[in-house]
Amino acid sequence: MTQILMPALSPTMEEGNLAKWLIKPGDKVEPGQVIAEIETDKATMEVEAVDEGVVSELLVAEGAQGVKVNTPIAVLKGEGGTQPEMSVPPPSARQPARPPTPASPPQGGREEDPEVPAGTTFVKITVRDALRDAMAEEMRRDPDVFLMGEEVAQYQGAYKVSRELLQEFGDKRVVDTPITEHGFAGLGVGAAMAGLKPIVEFMTWNFAMQAIDQIINSAAKTLYMSGGQIKSSIVFRGPNGAAARVAAQHSQDYSSWYAHVPGLIVIAPYDAADAKGLLKSAIRNPNPVVFLEHEMLYGTEFEIPDVKDWLVPIGKAKIRRPGADVTITAHSRMVGLALKAAEHLAGEGIDAEVIDLRTLRPLDTATIIGSVKKTNRLVTVEEGWGQSGVGAEVCARVTSEAFDYLDAPPTRVHQVDAPLAYAANLEALALPSVEKIVEAVKAVTYR
Amino acid sequence: MGTTYANGAHAKATRDDLLQYYRDMLLIRRFEERAGQLYGMGLIGGFCHLYIGQEAVVVGMQAALKPGDQVITAYRDHGHMLATGMDPNAIMAELTGRSDGCSKGKGGSMHMFSTEKAFYGGHGIVGAQVSLGTGLAFANRYRDDAKVCVTYFGDGAANQGQVYESFNMASLWKLPVVYIVENNQYAMGTAIQRSSSETHLHRRGISFNIPGEEVDGMDVVAVREAGLRAAEHARSGKGPILLEMKTYRYRGHSMSDPAKYRTKEEVEEMKARHDPIEHVKKLLIDGGHATEDSLKDIDREIRAVVTASAEFAQASPEPDPRELMTDVYL
Ligand SMILES: Cc1ncc(C[n+]2csc(CCOP(=O)(O)OP(=O)(O)O)c2C)c(N)n1
Ligand SMILES: [Mg+2]
Repeated sequence: MTQILMPALSPTMEEGNLAKWLIKPGDKVEPGQVIAEIETDKATMEVEAVDEGVVSELLVAEGAQGVKVNTPIAVLKGEGGTQPEMSVPPPSARQPARPPTPASPPQGGREEDPEVPAGTTFVKITVRDALRDAMAEEMRRDPDVFLMGEEVAQYQGAYKVSRELLQEFGDKRVVDTPITEHGFAGLGVGAAMAGLKPIVEFMTWNFAMQAIDQIINSAAKTLYMSGGQIKSSIVFRGPNGAAARVAAQHSQDYSSWYAHVPGLIVIAPYDAADAKGLLKSAIRNPNPVVFLEHEMLYGTEFEIPDVKDWLVPIGKAKIRRPGADVTITAHSRMVGLALKAAEHLAGEGIDAEVIDLRTLRPLDTATIIGSVKKTNRLVTVEEGWGQSGVGAEVCARVTSEAFDYLDAPPTRVHQVDAPLAYAANLEALALPSVEKIVEAVKAVTYR
Repeated sequence: MGTTYANGAHAKATRDDLLQYYRDMLLIRRFEERAGQLYGMGLIGGFCHLYIGQEAVVVGMQAALKPGDQVITAYRDHGHMLATGMDPNAIMAELTGRSDGCSKGKGGSMHMFSTEKAFYGGHGIVGAQVSLGTGLAFANRYRDDAKVCVTYFGDGAANQGQVYESFNMASLWKLPVVYIVENNQYAMGTAIQRSSSETHLHRRGISFNIPGEEVDGMDVVAVREAGLRAAEHARSGKGPILLEMKTYRYRGHSMSDPAKYRTKEEVEEMKARHDPIEHVKKLLIDGGHATEDSLKDIDREIRAVVTASAEFAQASPEPDPRELMTDVYL
């Protein structure tokens, strides 16, 4: 007897819907035969049998929603005379092989936001759809805006961020490129020099290393080199940083790389409202913008103000949680971890202020300094490596501009100084965590 | 203009050859099916690109090589590693991210290597391995050691600029490299006609004076014959050569690709009419070299090897936490 289990169909899938059974009890199945269709948040996938046998029972009904990965969904009776199948321990006995994906961000009370007009209603939306809506709205508004990248059109985006844009805007404005990052990044900059407003999607920022010459040498520097004549209004965007278990070449945080470069604007939003509002601002901005998203946040839902033209200003940090005892700075996915850490610390009587940097260049030094003058303590958090990182920059500014206010040496939380490993345990050890942030805060508050 | 080889008549493969190819291709197929299953159970994480359908390419090419010849490819690498004779247990344990994996669990599906089998990876950045393979061939020429480097890449990778920068240097300096473009007709969801102005990829070397040949990549014997000619060309000092293997992947691009960009009929047609394993099976049975029953025995042996590798891969412990900071520098 072999149990067929609910399969994981992507690095981040935890549950799915059993859309359709293609087998019934009594059917004979063979390896490779499609037995069911399963819906994930990104796609409907076919599931193939690995073992041969006769279906003795379907354990989950067609249409079932939210079936957890590894739940038994059917039972096969093996054919007499075949090899014994690998024994599958019951799900409860099995260790989770992948690191726990970060749970949804703390959804506590929505803090007052000066950017949001009083009386505004809010709607729930994923970061993925917020980004999509930002592009759609800007494309409706300005015919010079177009989207270009690998799999953005017919496939609807490798991570489905450009879903339905091809249908609305056609293949003139939503352009599938060959796998040729250096070429299409340069082409995008050229088009921007001619006055168009390209959005260039990198399937992930890891692949933009093929194109970094055009981003820096062409996009960032030409305005200066031309004495102000040639501008490049262009947005380079895509997921940045570590996804789940995709190993060293696919798990790199480029925040500090681009934040180093004059001529670029660098944005790394955390929630859906900022993703949408900042992307819209980025598209309208006349400068080249590097827009760093995070794959692990794409599926996360947040509340977003239901206003017609939601814009968030570039270059302004946001205090996500006011506090008196310590300042924690973070950006992108790390904001969620910092907020969790702050909640935990509150339980221990430490009142942390969490600043979401949102824009890394220009960096909102004033907000950070203002906060440190109040709390007298600083912990920086980033997903990337420490050396020459965003945290190093924040610490340098704070020590030079608010040295006398500091009651403890500023501390950085970041990835360990090694490429990211594939193994689940090493990956978890390498990346920043809520625990590491809590520990760092305790160190600077001498607890 | 480069010379173009005509597809030669089928050299007669011996009974032993065919049985070996059957076994080698079946190992890859069963191994990949099991990897897919372990992925579904959450025992393999991240990206996992299966090689099912393309088995004849690596098995035929490996049969054309000499010991010491190097192999390098991209992330769809499990088949290449099995073909070079790497241990299925160590490959499966790398897939589960355990300490007995061939990269100690640090590399995963896309990043495995074996100095012993001259397998140089296992690379995640599309196109990068083409320059690396050209560099391996540069070292062969430098040392004059008569080795050839087989450098694999996909139809999608064929559009990366560094491929052509490498072609130029390889031809200019007569480097002993055999470029194999595995044209499985899709790069993720992009059919080749949608990405390439010249879809006959064996012609992509013409302006660099690199001869090219189109090969039926679903026919292991045809692959071996073309591979023998190509390896001889490169080894004899004539420089690089490009083989375009027409092949097909049955599964999605990676485990999370629903593959909605092609029809079920297209996939079924390939499986039913062009399957590389069924092809050899037919040659064996029609030639009186084997029976359904004797092949079933091989099936059973292969299944046992694969089942054992899966058990090994689950029993192997996670890497020691101290491994986190090793291998960053020598
Ligand atoms: C430089 C770079 N760009 C994009 C990707 C994402 N990506 C991974 S595989 C792939 C498709 C490659 O297709 P092909 O070369 O035909 O190889 P196949 O997958 O068919 O074996 C893409 C776009 C990447 N890994 N590296
Ligand atoms: Mg391909």
